[in-house]
Amino acid sequence: MSSITALALLPVLGALLVALVPSENSLRIKQLALGITTAVAALAIFIATQFVTSNTDFQFTETHEWIPAFGINYSVGIDGLSLVLILMSVLLVPIVVLACWNESEGGRWSAKVFYILILILETMMIGVFIATDVFLFYVIFEAMLIPVYFLIGGYGSGERAAAAVKFLIYSLFGGLLMLASIIGIYVTSRQYLGAPTFDITALTELHKFISPTTQNLLFLGFFIAFAIKAPLWPLHTWLPDAAKAGTPGTSVLLLGVLDKVGTFGMIRFCISLFPDASKTFTPVIIVLAVISILYGAFLAIGARDLKRLIAYTSISHFGFIIMGIFAMTSQAQSGAILYMFNHGFSTAALFIVGGWMIARRRSSTIADFGGLQRVTPVMAWMFFIAGLSSLALPGLSSFVSEFLVLVGTYTRYPVAAVIATFGIVLAALYILIPVQKALHGPTTPGNEELPDLNLREKIAIAPVVAVIIALGIYPAPVLNIINPIAAHIVESAGFTDPAPTEIAGK
Amino acid sequence: MTFTAPVLEYALLAPMLAIFGGAIIGVLVEAFLPGRLRAPAQLFVSVMAIITSLLLLFRIKGQSSTTPAMASLSFDGAGFLFQASILVIALLSIFLIADQDNFTAAAATVPGSTEEREAHQAQSQTTEVFPLTLFAVGGMMLFPVATDLITLFVALEVLSLPLYLMAGLARYRRLASQEAALKYFLLGAFSSAFFLFGAAFLYGYSSSLTFAGIQQAVLGNAGNDVFLLIGLAFISVGLLFKIGAFPFHAWSPDVYQGSPTAITAFMAAATKVAAFGAILRIFYVSFANAEWQWRPALVLIAIATMLFGSLVAIAQRDVKRMLAYSSIAHAGFLLSGVYALSKSGLDASIFYLFAYGVATVGGFAIVTLIRDSSGEVTDLNRWSGLGKRSPIVASTFAFFLLAFAGIPLTSGFIGKFSIFSAAYESGSLAILIAGVLSSAIAAFFYIRVIVLMFFKDPVEDGTSVVIPSALTTITITISALITLILGVFPAPLVDFIASTASFLR
Repeated sequence: MSSITALALLPVLGALLVALVPSENSLRIKQLALGITTAVAALAIFIATQFVTSNTDFQFTETHEWIPAFGINYSVGIDGLSLVLILMSVLLVPIVVLACWNESEGGRWSAKVFYILILILETMMIGVFIATDVFLFYVIFEAMLIPVYFLIGGYGSGERAAAAVKFLIYSLFGGLLMLASIIGIYVTSRQYLGAPTFDITALTELHKFISPTTQNLLFLGFFIAFAIKAPLWPLHTWLPDAAKAGTPGTSVLLLGVLDKVGTFGMIRFCISLFPDASKTFTPVIIVLAVISILYGAFLAIGARDLKRLIAYTSISHFGFIIMGIFAMTSQAQSGAILYMFNHGFSTAALFIVGGWMIARRRSSTIADFGGLQRVTPVMAWMFFIAGLSSLALPGLSSFVSEFLVLVGTYTRYPVAAVIATFGIVLAALYILIPVQKALHGPTTPGNEELPDLNLREKIAIAPVVAVIIALGIYPAPVLNIINPIAAHIVESAGFTDPAPTEIAGK
Repeated sequence: MTFTAPVLEYALLAPMLAIFGGAIIGVLVEAFLPGRLRAPAQLFVSVMAIITSLLLLFRIKGQSSTTPAMASLSFDGAGFLFQASILVIALLSIFLIADQDNFTAAAATVPGSTEEREAHQAQSQTTEVFPLTLFAVGGMMLFPVATDLITLFVALEVLSLPLYLMAGLARYRRLASQEAALKYFLLGAFSSAFFLFGAAFLYGYSSSLTFAGIQQAVLGNAGNDVFLLIGLAFISVGLLFKIGAFPFHAWSPDVYQGSPTAITAFMAAATKVAAFGAILRIFYVSFANAEWQWRPALVLIAIATMLFGSLVAIAQRDVKRMLAYSSIAHAGFLLSGVYALSKSGLDASIFYLFAYGVATVGGFAIVTLIRDSSGEVTDLNRWSGLGKRSPIVASTFAFFLLAFAGIPLTSGFIGKFSIFSAAYESGSLAILIAGVLSSAIAAFFYIRVIVLMFFKDPVEDGTSVVIPSALTTITITISALITLILGVFPAPLVDFIASTASFLR
């Protein structure tokens, strides 16, 4: 058994352990969940130290036959792209468990069910990134919806059932379009490659044989599914509802990790398997991405609800990521992948601190906050840092990735890059306005007695802030993993970076 | 005139003979045993008959013959798989039927009459449902192996007549049950007439009643094509009626709703296997070379059936009606396997039939558990909050619904994947897209039930979940396990079907 299979299985085994604890003993359950997820994170970091960054092939591979008649295998492996996303996911889960210690109370079901769902979800989060068999990926991609659905519907607030259903229906619709493409892959690979296969490396040959129309259709099946997941304007409407209804912890995992499966899939499947179709659709996608950037930002400026605000900022950020992915330059690709990593942490910080503020104030309306800087200085500072990271202030991690995306895009699509730059200006507005309303100004009546962060909360948020600052100053450790694979992705899709042009002739 | 006695290969007929034998013993038990002993004795006879039949069937696995009973039957790999699926489904269903609380004490009494009341008070329970089930099972086993039109028609009637009766046996809401039986009977009789009419035209076309003879006529392009078309169309009407394909579906919601739920389970699952078995055989064997005559029409019927079933199911407020429309949608999915007209289409259809049949029995088994003082509660609104009251029952039902919706890690997903692949491989992008779309629509109403069970608060109106009997528990557990195992490790069955399934021509 390869070590990444072990990594993926660890949380679900932990879930079995949690299932054995009686449900009254919720403290023990939480401790156990924290222990397991921390162990998973430690194992992932250990695997990362064994990873050879210069190698762009899949490493730690493992293959077993699953359904030989259909050419389906259990095959896993990681490259730089999946490694950074796995690291982000497994680091976020223990932080969520610790930060959202009391979230599981007051749901429809016991705390035990909550942590079992979280642990099952973690297994699937790892599984979806390590799968190198398209069918295996699809199975996990779809199965993942079920725990999230129950997490939102069972433990969320407000219109939780409706939001959970909306999330599920949108995702299933996308998933079924992808199923059509999966079937297309099965049939065409059987036709042209001799035997049906879902192996991602073998399938990179497929595009040489199939007709452009077929390739475009297959591409669209995948792309629409991923664009719903990511989410890209105009397929984003499920996200604000789901993010608002879910608990802050669920929303961190939803926006931080699950939505990344969409952007991950665009790189792994859309670009790698269908480079010609990607080329065809790139202009449209870039336009949609730019619209996402601006549209998300405008909605965020107008948002009155803290959780919706964070969801809208994410739509804007995903616009940047998707623009970077389809700009097809190695710089933009690196930037997009790094952005996926950083967005996980900055959104986590926003949702976690925002969740604390909402739990204390018992309201998520931004206008209800005010004067928190005086009442709860630590919490206010944490929110401020998270906000600054979200608006990509130089010195914080998001800046590096946003800059790389814009520079990389400019070399190929200057107009798009220039328009997207307005997103940065708008970001300053949508972050600084709520910061001003919520943290500064006169103390809103009712806020005088709010408690500041306790020790558990400080410990939980510390690593997030540490990552945000450390990678803002020195992004090299993560970029070293990303750069080779980003260059490889762009190159194997048949693109070369545009040669730099000198402004004034020699 | 000399008369030659037919040569029968008894080994190949033994599984069916065991079932018919069991049915006749059941009739004798009903006639001669005292009331108190009847139910257990009937159950014992039925289970033994089915198990014996399964054992006999597995003894002849791998054998094939075009003349087990002259040219009337043909035993081959596909026939083996259909019969085995029917028997497994019958075994699971008979455990549900054994819960006699769902059946009227005396079917012959007029609803609401004194005789009925007396029968109830005397607690004398008639148990004719067991032999009827066995007769239906026998007919179903004969249906997919029949290779001439007369035998096919006889099998059709042998499987249908007991079902008409069984539909009318409900203990509660007997009028609705009898209405269902009558409706089923009348429409069924019409469809039988269509079938016979078609058979006559095919005889006129090919001057033969055997599948092989018709195939020869099609190959040789011998007869009058108009006769072929008319015959093909009318025979298809008869067969499509049995599977509930649009526009011949009108009976199924009423019959599903009115019949005792255990019978609905059996009917929905086993009839589909038998009828699709026959459809696959006749289209793959007799009409394979006339594909231009039927495939374009079949695409339309398949697409209309899946879209209609999924769309109308959304509006249903009754769980049995909802499952009826969902079964119409599934019939549409299965027709894409018939359309495929390929080895992979056949394999996929058989897998799908088995997986769907088992999940259907499991799903209806759970419906039998939700009751109030006047029998089963099928109004979906009263199911709300079931997850709170009885988490295990609700989760299992949710699991079956996910299997119907074709979510990965359930058998339904593998079925859907393989059957749509087969249809697409045979050149129909339209079926693939329609299938995917109607799956998305269908997912909506399955999920609505899950929402209702888990995210709504319970209503206090006396609806309760009864503790399942041991036999019902067995059925639910086995169905759920098969559904899960076929979703996670389908390879053994997929390979087995791939290596076994074939039609002798």
